[in-house]
Amino acid sequence: MSEDLGFLFALLLNGVSIGLMYSLIALGFVLVYKATDAINFAQGEFVMVAGLIVAMLLSFESVPLAVAVAVTLAVMIGFGFGLERVVLRPLLGRPVVAVIMATIGLAAILRGLGPVVFGSETRAVSLPIGDEPIVFGPASLPPIQVAGAVVAIVFFLAFSWFFKRSRMGVAMRAVADNQQVAQAMGINVERYFALAWAMAGVVSALGGIVWGSMLGVDVHLALVGLKVFPVVILGGLDSIGGALVGGLIIGIVESLAAGYLDPYVGGGTKDFAPYVLMILVLMIRPYGIFGKRKIERV
Amino acid sequence: MLAINNIEVVYDRVILVLKGVSIDVREGAITTLLGANGAGKTTTLKAISGVLHSERGEVTKGTIQIGDRRIDGMRAHDVTRLGLAQVFEGRRVFEHLTTEENLIAGGHVQKDGGAVKQSIELVYTYFPRLKERRHQQSGYLSGGEQQMLAIGRALMSRPKVVLLDEPSLGLAPMLVEEIFGIVDRLVKQEKLSVLLVEQNATMALAVADHGYVMENGRIVLEGPADKLRDNSDIKEFYLGLNEGGARKSYRDTKHYKRRKRWLS
Repeated sequence: MSEDLGFLFALLLNGVSIGLMYSLIALGFVLVYKATDAINFAQGEFVMVAGLIVAMLLSFESVPLAVAVAVTLAVMIGFGFGLERVVLRPLLGRPVVAVIMATIGLAAILRGLGPVVFGSETRAVSLPIGDEPIVFGPASLPPIQVAGAVVAIVFFLAFSWFFKRSRMGVAMRAVADNQQVAQAMGINVERYFALAWAMAGVVSALGGIVWGSMLGVDVHLALVGLKVFPVVILGGLDSIGGALVGGLIIGIVESLAAGYLDPYVGGGTKDFAPYVLMILVLMIRPYGIFGKRKIERV
Repeated sequence: MLAINNIEVVYDRVILVLKGVSIDVREGAITTLLGANGAGKTTTLKAISGVLHSERGEVTKGTIQIGDRRIDGMRAHDVTRLGLAQVFEGRRVFEHLTTEENLIAGGHVQKDGGAVKQSIELVYTYFPRLKERRHQQSGYLSGGEQQMLAIGRALMSRPKVVLLDEPSLGLAPMLVEEIFGIVDRLVKQEKLSVLLVEQNATMALAVADHGYVMENGRIVLEGPADKLRDNSDIKEFYLGLNEGGARKSYRDTKHYKRRKRWLS
C-alpha cells in the first residue's frame, strides 16, 4: 500500500517539476499573445535557438557558465526585438492569420537554419549542479529538474509582480486590452509589442538552458514547443497564472499517464494524454481555466 | 488653445470624410460640436488626437495646432505628451484592469510615480465614486461609473485640452447631469479647454460657451452657445422645440420637413 502511495508521490513530484518547466516556455507564448494578440507558433524554436547558442558557447572551454547564460539572454532579447521590428511590425493591422503564417514560416526557417549554423550533432549543456538525485521523502528528482522548477517559479513571481505592480506592466496590459485607447493614453504601443517579444526571448533563453541540459540540444528540442499548446489552452491563452496551472496539470497528467497507463499499452500515452485533456477543456471552457472572459454588461 | 484649420480627412486614401473643417477651441472653456450620426464629429476628434492613423485615415489638408505646435500627422502617443487627452465614445475603459490600474495607465506620460499618485488622488476628489470602486475590475462597473473613469483616466496625463466624445451616451438623465456638472467644475478649476461632441444638444449648449454644427463633413453653423440655442433650426432639429419654444410633439412633425438639411 505505502509502496503504491510512494509511487504516486514520485509520479506527482516528477509531474510538478516537468510541469513547471513547461509553464516557463508557455509563459513566452502567453506574454506575446497577451500584449500583441499574436499566436506564436515558433515558441519551441525560440527555445531551440537559445539551447543551441548556450550549448555552442559552453563548448568553448574558456567560457564560464555565467557568461554563456548572460550572452544567451542578451542574444535572445535582441532576437525578440529584431523579430518584432522586421517580421511582425509590417503585419500590424493585418488579419490574424497573416501573423500565424509568419510565425509558422519562422519556425520552419529556424529549424532549418539551426543545424546549418550550429551543426546537427546533439550537444550537451552541462550545468555545474551535479547528477546526484535530490531526495524528497520516498521519491527523488534529478537536480536539473529541481533547478528548472526553481527558475520557473522565480520568473513567475517576477512577471506577476511586473504586471500587477509596475507601471510598465499595467501599460502593457492596457495595450492588450485596447490598442487604440492605449495609444491615446500616450502609450507607445509598438514599443510594448517589442518588449513583449523581448520578454518571450528571455523565457525562451531560460527554457533553452534548462530543457537543453535535460534533453540535450539538437533540432528535436523544438518539439517541447508542441506542449505549449495544451498548456496555454488549458490555462487560458492570456493568463500568466493560467500558464503556471496549465503547465502543472499537463506535467502531472503526463507523468501519471506514463506511470499508470504505459505498462498496459506499451508506452506512448504521455505524448497524447495532454491533447485529450486539451480537447476536453475546449469543450467545457473555451477560454481556458483562467482566460479572459469577454465582459458583457447587461 | 486648440485650432483646427480647414482640415480634410481621407480614409483608405479614397473616402473623403471631412471637407474643410475649422474649429477653434478656446482656453478654459467648453466648445461643443453638434451634428447627426455620421456627420464626422468623431472623425474630427480622432484627427486631432492622432488615433486616425490606426484606422487608415489621414489628414490630407489643413493644420491642427495646440498653441503654436502643429500636431497634424503626429502619432497619438506624442500628441498626448503635448497635453491633449481624448475621452472615447462608448467609454472604452480597459475592461480587464481595475479602476485604479486604468488610472495608472492613463498617467503613462508622467515621468515619476509620485506625480501619478497625486493625479489619482485628484481624480478621486472629483469622482469620489471611483475611489469606492478602486480595486474593482472596471469592466463590471456601471455605465455611469465607467464614464467617470474614462474622464478621470483622461485627466491623468494632466492635459490642457480634453476631447470629450458623447459622455451622455446611454446614461440616465440624472447621471448625465451629474457628469456634466463635474466636467463644468473641472473646466473652471483645472483651467481645461474642452471640445465636447454631443448628440444631447440641450445639455451641450447649456454648458458650452461656443458651438459648431456639423453635417456631412462640413461645419454648417457656428456661434456662441446662447445664440445657437435661439436658432430656429437648432431648436427644431436638435432641441425638439417648436417655434414658440414649447416641447414639440412628434405627431405634429412633418416628416419631409424633419429631413431638412442646411446643405442641399
